[in-house]
Amino acid sequence: MLKRSDWTDQNVEVIIANLLRAGVMVSASIVLAGGILFLARHGFSHASYRVFRGEPTDLREFTGIARAALNLHGPGIIQLGLLFLIATPVARVAFAAFAFAVERDWLYVGISVFVLIVLLYSLLGSAI
Amino acid sequence: MNNLEFTILVGLGALTAGFLGSLTGLGGGVVLVPFLTLVFKVDIRYAVGASLVSVIATSSGAAAAYLREGFSNIRIGMFLEIATTLGALFGAFLAAIVSTKAIGVVFGVVLLYSGFLSSRTPSDSADNRPPDPLATRLGMNGAYPSLTGLKNYNVHRVPAGFSLMFGAGALSGLLGIGSGAVKVLAMDHAMGIPFKVSTTTSNFMIGVTAAASAGVYLSRGYVDPGLSMPVMLGVLAGSLIGARVLGRTKTKLLRWLFAAVIVALGAEMIYGAFTGKV
Repeated sequence: MLKRSDWTDQNVEVIIANLLRAGVMVSASIVLAGGILFLARHGFSHASYRVFRGEPTDLREFTGIARAALNLHGPGIIQLGLLFLIATPVARVAFAAFAFAVERDWLYVGISVFVLIVLLYSLLGSAI
Repeated sequence: MNNLEFTILVGLGALTAGFLGSLTGLGGGVVLVPFLTLVFKVDIRYAVGASLVSVIATSSGAAAAYLREGFSNIRIGMFLEIATTLGALFGAFLAAIVSTKAIGVVFGVVLLYSGFLSSRTPSDSADNRPPDPLATRLGMNGAYPSLTGLKNYNVHRVPAGFSLMFGAGALSGLLGIGSGAVKVLAMDHAMGIPFKVSTTTSNFMIGVTAAASAGVYLSRGYVDPGLSMPVMLGVLAGSLIGARVLGRTKTKLLRWLFAAVIVALGAEMIYGAFTGKV
């Protein structure tokens, strides 16, 4: 367990960096797995991104993505990995808020929580 | 073209973009969207969505490497993220209402500007003017390791830097780029933060900024899994390889070449927008 004196800005940043790296590697693995599944089933279908249609709703929001991924639907698993990726910077800000609280730097706890609210609004506000 | 061929070709292109982007420090995101729209005729909204996701991956993946150097300033970063995340939300909302043609033109201008910026050498403007009182209240002034030991720096003109950061966030949300160039400009030029501190802090902020607009893009259906998969994996692998090779190669010529590519893509993007190709 870390002592309070260990919670310097520098140490906190190193912990955050490792957290981010781990998050990216986990999400890249999920995306890769989903990609393999997707190509195994649809590798020889025609690829077209010229005309914009927008993704179907089950690839836009949490419940739909989770359901698609549980059904081992390739694109659903890729979206799950991407969702995880988008969540890593959010976790980073949450962790920084916690670390500032340990340092008793309330001004920066406030700043971090504000940034966190903006991020959560973006992620949840329109998606639920 | 079938999905397999598309995945391989886009993946290789993204790998190259990520590799050159991290080697030259110009970021790979900025060439991805023009590459996808001009070469593969991908709709610009899909391209921006895929690019945003890859920007998060490179920023987070490189954080550990940057941190080891001990330059970044978490307080400056967190405070300015208020501006960049709000800007990113604004940019993402703009992306839904303006035409793809307008996005293409703005993108072209940003490319031309980044190409121009990268042709200049960074000035290390560490000076000892008294800090902005606001910066002192926010505890932003810091120190960074240099050849002569820890060197202190003061932060200036916080409001100007904050406004520029809102602009950087808006561009990021509209174009799906990290807009590291604008972020460094805000910190280095406006706020007088040493160049090394600006670039490493900027890398940290890029992921958070991109996450703010990526959520909106995902829920709006602009993030396509079949396209984002090769883009994200390619850029990530390329940038990790680039970080390994960095320091062992002469990057000056490469930087010039990459800047020339960026300028050419910028011109093509604007031309494409006016001739209806984007």
